[in-house]
Amino acid sequence: MKHLLSIEQLSRAEIESILDRAESFAEVGRRDIKKVPTLRGRTVVSLFYESSTRTSSSFDLAAKRLSADFVSVKAAGSSVEKGESLKDTVATLSAYDPAAIVIRHPYAGAAQMVAGWTEAAVVNAGDGKHEHPSQALLDVYTLRRRLGSLDGVRIWIVGDVLHSRVARSNLIAFAKMGAEVTVCGPPTLIPRGIEELGCDVSYSLDGIEEAEVVYALRMQKERMSESFVPSLREYAACFQIDTRRLNPRQLLMHPGPVNRGVELSGEAIDSPQSLIAEQVAAGLVVRMAILYELLAGGGASTPAAEGEGSQPTPIGTSA
Amino acid sequence: MSLREQLDVRPAEDAHLVLRRATVLDPVAGIDSVHDVVIRSGEIAALASPGEAETDGAEVIETEGLHAFPAFFDPHVHLRTPGHEHKEDVETGTRAAAAGGYCGILAMANTEPPVSTAADVSALREQARAGASVPVGFLATVTKDMRGAELTEMVELCEAGAVGFSDDGLPIIDAGVMRRALQYQHLCGGNIALHEEDPRLSMGGAMHEGPVSAALGIGGIPSVSESTMVARDAALAGYENARIHVQHLSAAESVEIVRAAKAAGVRISAEASPHHLCLTDEEVRSLDPHSAKMNPPLREERDRQALIEGLRDGAIECIATDHAPHQPEEKDVPFEQAAFGVTGLETAFATLHTELVLPGTIDLGLLVERMAGGAEPFDLPRPTLAPGSEANVVLCDLGAEWTVGEDGYESRSANSWCAGRTLTGRVLMTVAAGQVAYRLRSFSLGVAA
Repeated sequence: MKHLLSIEQLSRAEIESILDRAESFAEVGRRDIKKVPTLRGRTVVSLFYESSTRTSSSFDLAAKRLSADFVSVKAAGSSVEKGESLKDTVATLSAYDPAAIVIRHPYAGAAQMVAGWTEAAVVNAGDGKHEHPSQALLDVYTLRRRLGSLDGVRIWIVGDVLHSRVARSNLIAFAKMGAEVTVCGPPTLIPRGIEELGCDVSYSLDGIEEAEVVYALRMQKERMSESFVPSLREYAACFQIDTRRLNPRQLLMHPGPVNRGVELSGEAIDSPQSLIAEQVAAGLVVRMAILYELLAGGGASTPAAEGEGSQPTPIGTSA
Repeated sequence: MSLREQLDVRPAEDAHLVLRRATVLDPVAGIDSVHDVVIRSGEIAALASPGEAETDGAEVIETEGLHAFPAFFDPHVHLRTPGHEHKEDVETGTRAAAAGGYCGILAMANTEPPVSTAADVSALREQARAGASVPVGFLATVTKDMRGAELTEMVELCEAGAVGFSDDGLPIIDAGVMRRALQYQHLCGGNIALHEEDPRLSMGGAMHEGPVSAALGIGGIPSVSESTMVARDAALAGYENARIHVQHLSAAESVEIVRAAKAAGVRISAEASPHHLCLTDEEVRSLDPHSAKMNPPLREERDRQALIEGLRDGAIECIATDHAPHQPEEKDVPFEQAAFGVTGLETAFATLHTELVLPGTIDLGLLVERMAGGAEPFDLPRPTLAPGSEANVVLCDLGAEWTVGEDGYESRSANSWCAGRTLTGRVLMTVAAGQVAYRLRSFSLGVAA
């Protein structure tokens, strides 16, 4: 695998291999010294045209845990603000000969275009409303740890599917891993033709009790002004996941950041069935696995097989 | 009545040619046989028996096995002049037209500034007389500066030589303004060409709304954003007994509305573009703005089939390229940010011959008829090979394979939707308004007798 541009491009076996590698990094993360030398001397550049907390910080930390040099470029305050085109920015950054470029961009296909302009491996950290593959991988990782397997698991993705790259990548990833997916939300926020991606569509929460997993999406406030829904109040009345609607055996997920009291009630977020904190933790090890797969993988040894023994070699210890 | 009299072209020497043993096909004139085509003093002087034409000092070209058709007419071209001459100008755009086998084109008015005054029209006509390889007609905008609010001085514009009117690039959103324009047409004349789209339904979308847009997360432009406006304007045209020409049909529903309006006696004509006839929204999966971003967007297979059926039954009388030149920096950006539009003049015939005629979807004769069908809706003479007519002839090698873009383009822009594709069928020579407008460089000329 040269780039990670979409979940669509991955087979189930490729997804599983990334997740297996993430498991071994979780192992490393439980040690005192959490760093491995795998990418020492190599450079990872992150190029973010949109704000991000989780994704950018976890790629940053993932690169550092793998001993790569990490450079972060944000559109705000950079030459992008001076009108430099994406193509020229990528050419500039490529002059540093980075091993990987992690890019987030407000428009679909940006990561794919960047892949055509650079020798570096490209990781799509979100392209418009198209895909967010590392999010989907960490979500599958989180569920796999909890449930063992996604085969036959019923998952409802609830909320603003129309504007959500997470919904698209997750729906594809969950389906590839054998889950049965339903997307649910007001008809104004469900894209026409989405069922051809292999999911069911529901315009109400009726029937959500069948789900083993409820995945809520962020409801953005600007959707009100565009008349997608009449009010946040009515949206919450129809689609908010609260402890009354959630039954105790269901798992709850959300990509963050949450609008408390809109798509999720406060109790639901803080309930024991919420996996939100686990998702964030998974983000780090899965992103380490992604960088490893692209930069050191492709038939290379697993991190666990590196060094002398069966464990990765922490920096500063004599192997 | 001839294109040379009614449009503007750079004057050149009258063609004096004999196309020896050409396969001559002009379905509208009922011609389909092998002839010596004699072109003299800018006219089709005769269709002589093969090998028997008197040469009489003419250049003789051995064209056995080659096809001669009436040259094509494109009622929808963006010459980008004034204001965007870095993309195209009158000279490069008409060279591209000549290379595509066209003997005439109509230039859209959505320039910068838009063509809204008699002075704008006069200046463009002067440029055409100085540098156009093929006759050009200029449309003027329907509303002042295309703002959709006030009508332009349509009488004066017609007197200055505007061939018709269009706000192409933008729809006329206000139905009241549209109605006034149609009423006023009874005074000024001139067909009104319409870009049909309701922006409140398109909502800033970048591709057709359907399963592919759902999968890609790209805002969709629904078919109804076009068809509801076609229905509105067909109703208005019927009510006012006015004439409209619907540009670049893309949706099956729109074809059906045009067909029904024609059956009801409405004076409506319509065009379809090569890219809508050859491609569907599946092309957008590549996320390549060069081959797949245009407005109206590429739609589904059922829409493409409806357009083809429209060509067959005459609901759509002509093929128009909507030739829309752009520079690389407007296309080398993510799909949603890229400019709408692709070039098409140099490839229209070859793409449709390759994609529709060779597989047997439509007859060669139908393609030839529709490629020249864009003149009549604007009261211009249809190009024909009937003896005595102005010589508007395209010579094609239907067996020639070529790769689009390998020798560059005559157009100043390279944003061809079919760049890199190998096509079958190539224009070798174009005679427009009695003048030789184009010869393929590698096309060896016969020996003068």
